[in-house]
Amino acid sequence: MPRRYVITLCDGPTCIHKRSKELEAAIETELTRHELTGRVSVNLSGCLGMCAQGPVMAINPQYTVYGNVTADDIPEIVSSHILKKKPVARLAIDEDHLYNRFFRVFGDINFFGKQMRIVLRNCGIIDPENIDDYLSVRGYEALAKVLTDMKPADVIAQVKTSGLRGRGGAGFPTGIKWELAARQKTDEKFLICNADEGDPGAFMDRSTIEGDPHTVLEGMIIGAYAVGASKGFVYIRAEYPLAIKRLEKAIADARRECFLGKNILGSDFSFDIEIRLGAGAFVCGEETALIHSIEGHRGMPRPRPPYPSVQGLFDKPTLINNVETWANIPVIILDGAEWFSSIGTEKSKGTKVFALAGKIKNTGLIEVPMGVTLRSIIYDIGGGIPNNKKFKALQTGGPSGGCLSEDYLDTKIDYESLAAAGSIMGSGGMIVMDEDSCMVNIARFFLEFTQNESCGKCTPCREGTKRMLEILTRITEGKGQEGDIERLERLGNLIKKASLCGLGQSAPNPVLSTIKNFRSEYEEHIKQKKCRAGACTALTGYEITDKCVGCTACRKVCPVGAITGNPKSRHFIDQGKCVKCGLCFDTCKFSAIKKG
Amino acid sequence: MIAAEDKKTALKEFMEKAKSGDHPESQLIAILHRAQELYGHLDQAVMDDIALTMNIPTAHIWGVATFYHYFNLKPKGKHSISVCLGTACYVKGAAQVLETVKKELKIDIGETTQDGMFTLTETRCLGTCGLAPVMMIDDKVYGALTPKKTVEIIQSFYKK
Repeated sequence: MPRRYVITLCDGPTCIHKRSKELEAAIETELTRHELTGRVSVNLSGCLGMCAQGPVMAINPQYTVYGNVTADDIPEIVSSHILKKKPVARLAIDEDHLYNRFFRVFGDINFFGKQMRIVLRNCGIIDPENIDDYLSVRGYEALAKVLTDMKPADVIAQVKTSGLRGRGGAGFPTGIKWELAARQKTDEKFLICNADEGDPGAFMDRSTIEGDPHTVLEGMIIGAYAVGASKGFVYIRAEYPLAIKRLEKAIADARRECFLGKNILGSDFSFDIEIRLGAGAFVCGEETALIHSIEGHRGMPRPRPPYPSVQGLFDKPTLINNVETWANIPVIILDGAEWFSSIGTEKSKGTKVFALAGKIKNTGLIEVPMGVTLRSIIYDIGGGIPNNKKFKALQTGGPSGGCLSEDYLDTKIDYESLAAAGSIMGSGGMIVMDEDSCMVNIARFFLEFTQNESCGKCTPCREGTKRMLEILTRITEGKGQEGDIERLERLGNLIKKASLCGLGQSAPNPVLSTIKNFRSEYEEHIKQKKCRAGACTALTGYEITDKCVGCTACRKVCPVGAITGNPKSRHFIDQGKCVKCGLCFDTCKFSAIKKG
Repeated sequence: MIAAEDKKTALKEFMEKAKSGDHPESQLIAILHRAQELYGHLDQAVMDDIALTMNIPTAHIWGVATFYHYFNLKPKGKHSISVCLGTACYVKGAAQVLETVKKELKIDIGETTQDGMFTLTETRCLGTCGLAPVMMIDDKVYGALTPKKTVEIIQSFYKK
């Protein structure tokens, strides 16, 4: 049964003057003819304010506004829009940008108001497990357009004009990558969607696939047509069971509806997609390591060139892009490369999805146009720092990125500006830290992660990160030595220059950037054996002072029973048992517990 | 409980299917996933079995299985506890949660308790940073943890 429609006819003075009497009658006649009178209501409204294009009428719930409507247009509007759910583009005012639909539903919420949803335009709007829902929001229309009206070279030209750059982190121009892959002459080409999202704190790709899997598939199919690939793979983390399930369903549904498989939509073009699971190796996000993993080997990178676009999976040319990059493709095709490139900054176009986390009120997933400042993200969208704490640092780009201090809050989001500030765009993790976060400890945490994930193939990364981690660990344990900062800097720069792949080349970034922006904290740890944030447990401890009135609150709250004492007399902490969780400190109402 | 023979047949079927497609050797990781799903862990016997059917040296399979964190070479406890050490959780005190679990169960990361109840692992971001710090016991995520709450959750499993 077709959904209920409401036709709203503008009844402002100009429209009344401009429209013929037959218009209303024509609507009645057409609705009666198609037996739609019960299901479509016709309303008259006050002036809609688009007098220049009057007479104006709107059809909801699709939010289409038609201008300069005559009685002769009515049969077409009714039969196409209402019966076939296909708005009459010829008469529609204001091109319906894909993402506007999102804001009609969620735009009133402040958190969303400052965002721009292109990649996540359908997340929360459609049922991700229902292909019909995707079709109703112009799903697979871009694919149909490409297959009927565009040559592969036209598609690549559009992507190039759009200025889209790889969203996996490095920001390589997508169009150029596609062109290189398309130029290769072989019997077989492959295509890969990199969904091995491994950065701690990042969940953009997971949410995109879980919320709108078909967008990613449509982007891949268009890419395959553009470069001439016959087979595609989605390499996804095994840790994302829901995303895998939805993707499997989406692939099966797309096959059934002829968007995937042999002779897609009746054309000569055939392409199919297979899911390959990762198995928990961060380095597999690096493209050559990922390819080795799909081939069934240990996920170790190899030197480039040759780039995968020339020689990749099974030694064939392989086009590999990140989930978010693929999700942008249908939009670029449907709304045009010029429109897409009007968003963002000179060198970074479109939007970027970030996973906002850490010490911030509104943690979650956001999508903003390039060029927005970090301050706007943290305070306007993120709502600032909770509990009246002071902002200290922003970490972008995960373990490959850097920590930016308050001085950099007015930096604009784009690949170049973030790099100039000493961090990277990365895949989109964004972690806010307040005064309780210790920069040395955070640097150590990230390095511990990359050290653990180093595949061990090249020496600078394998040995170098280990040595750096040892130095950092001893600093956080209060055993730092004079000259440790310089040692870290020297080692870090060496590892960056000499490592084989992106993992090693970026592993020292968290350390180097915190040294650059928060050097005094390192010095405090080394010289005064002090951690001002109270995060390095070896350098902090809790002690109960004589202000204690013996209320027993701390004793009750201690998870490990380290606090002893009788009611109404001073309590004591057994330092051997204490796990330094700070609960007693937070609980005490008499400021009787000293930290430090 | 699936009988040992059935497990073997199920794995065999999976491998035969993998062999029928292009590049069968590239299916190794998928096969290891299936084997772990069936057996709970990957031991030498299973790997030998895969080696024979797929015509891939056991040494290579061993290399792959040890490279990826997802594969266990040892049997696991009845419940698996994984404490998230992702950044958001870390910032919000995941280290204390981990420390509490270690003390409570008297095991280190990667170990199983003597009674076979729990295996402790650490994990990188579970994508539920809004609930940080979190840990996952089997398939359930426990959020906004404090050391006290952590102890209570673990004890609730013994009471069941």
